[in-house]
Amino acid sequence: MLGEGILKGLGETARNFAGSFVSADRLTTVQYPEERIAPIEATRDFPFLVYDGDDWEAGLRCVACQICEKECPPKCIYIVKSTDKKPDALGKPQIYPARFDIDISVCMSCQICVEVCPFEAIKMDTEFELSTTDRFGGLLYDRKELAKSNEHYHKIHPTEAAEVDARLAEEKTKAEAKAKAAAAKAAAPKPAAPAPVAAKPAAAPAESEKQG
Amino acid sequence: MTPTEFMTDPQKLPGWNRPPHVEPDGEGELLEVAMGPHHPSTHGVFRMDVALDGERVIRLKPVFGYLHRNHEKIGEGSSYLASMPFTDRLDYMCPLTNNWAYAIAVEKLTGQEVPERAQYLRVILGELTRVVNHASAIGFLIQEMGASGTPLMYAFKEREKVLDLFESLTGARMMVNYMRFGGCRVDATPAWLADVRKVLDGLPQFADEFENLLCGNEILMARTQGVGILRPELAVNAGVTGPMLRASGVNYDIRKVDSYGIYDRFKFRVPLGDHGDVYDRFMIRLLEMRESFGIIDQALKDIPGGPIMDPKAKIRGFRPKPGEAYGRIEAPKGELGFYLISDGSPNPYRYRIRPPSLINLTILEDMCLGANVADVVLIFGSVDIVLGEVDR
Repeated sequence: MLGEGILKGLGETARNFAGSFVSADRLTTVQYPEERIAPIEATRDFPFLVYDGDDWEAGLRCVACQICEKECPPKCIYIVKSTDKKPDALGKPQIYPARFDIDISVCMSCQICVEVCPFEAIKMDTEFELSTTDRFGGLLYDRKELAKSNEHYHKIHPTEAAEVDARLAEEKTKAEAKAKAAAAKAAAPKPAAPAPVAAKPAAAPAESEKQG
Repeated sequence: MTPTEFMTDPQKLPGWNRPPHVEPDGEGELLEVAMGPHHPSTHGVFRMDVALDGERVIRLKPVFGYLHRNHEKIGEGSSYLASMPFTDRLDYMCPLTNNWAYAIAVEKLTGQEVPERAQYLRVILGELTRVVNHASAIGFLIQEMGASGTPLMYAFKEREKVLDLFESLTGARMMVNYMRFGGCRVDATPAWLADVRKVLDGLPQFADEFENLLCGNEILMARTQGVGILRPELAVNAGVTGPMLRASGVNYDIRKVDSYGIYDRFKFRVPLGDHGDVYDRFMIRLLEMRESFGIIDQALKDIPGGPIMDPKAKIRGFRPKPGEAYGRIEAPKGELGFYLISDGSPNPYRYRIRPPSLINLTILEDMCLGANVADVVLIFGSVDIVLGEVDR
């Protein structure tokens, strides 16, 4: 019969229309901004700088090595190294970024900066409501606007942040053990010789883990 | 018919090198119309200069390049890794297959091995991409026929679920930047695989719904059957690939021909068309979607544990040895290939893409000649292009 296919198709739309009153998964529209879907944990949009402790300037993990600046595909990161050194979270004197700007109107949220950072200093944020009336200055974030606490990182990506913290703690204990071994070696060169040999195989898997 | 038959016997090439020609039958001048670059049917910025005799198309000239972004030259100026997020922006309907093709090209260049688990993840993600691409391509095709909205929204409802899967694994819905040379960036959790299974269980029902909605529809058949016929010999000679080629009846699927990755382990059929018209191209996409469900199902059953990254792979300071490589895959739109020449530096010396959309679009005139102007929109829609890939 001519028109049978059309009627079958209309039956399908009618089923979906009527079904939307009964079944919740046929209703797909969400009334943003009144209603919001819970964010997915892995979501990413723009990078931020992680700091430990309470003071953002003292706690920044970034040591201005400029790897992210070099690897960034659209080249949206601008870093100026400091001329002096400042103690980092571990108390070791480090170079810090005198300037760290990200132009988020250029950033394309690829998270390559996160992947290449050896210091776990830059991570991806989930904040997406960033509209501003100032097209240039308003979207150029300096290091103060970029700095966010480790607690914030734990809030938005709990699983990933826990892994990062575990890795950093492991590195810290290893560094302390190494420093202790070095001190022991300096004090008595001959008996402490096996210690660095034992430390080396332990360091190798940690390195490959980061690359993977 | 296979492509090699045409290569060995030039006598089987009727129409080869013959310029397409249709005579106007009326008196008077032809009407020249510029369809696009801002036309609702052109999927973006693309222009067709059409010469009309009444309603009939006498000449058609496609004009590309409005969305040119210098992708290849940027690729030569940036490191191998930095090109990976840019490939997402080629065919933005299916970023994961773009990632995959580029990763395969670089892996050929360096000779890296991809671990089993990563291979399976790539197949699952690639086939999910094929499903959403074909569903949306059909939706757009029907929209151009005048059914504005309904079929497209049915397809997008399903696409939404798959994009949520992509987001929970890769962190982004479309600009995923997921694959790496020698593996994948993050591992899938068991919960994610369970989610894939849940979405996959709903997909056959969606395909049934879609078929009920469209397949027997008399208006659709009247508009599409016998329209925009592409002969297999012309398709082969023009280098057309993907569902377009198979709708013309040529059995050529790179998943079968190359069995790149681990495709030789999966059981699936390659649907072929008989007539090469718009209806065949529409049906081929529906059938391929169903085959993809089977592949995802098999991959989910067999996925092993283990690492997802080659342990020797390097993220920083990546320098392949000098040489060249061409990696290709069966992307949802056809053969997507990346050709790379390395001179041993961190950047490729030459970075070239073979985009299926552009090459499938070059025979638009041959399909449109003699058709009505309303059918031009339909034929164009059945090619299934993304301008991001055509212009790069």
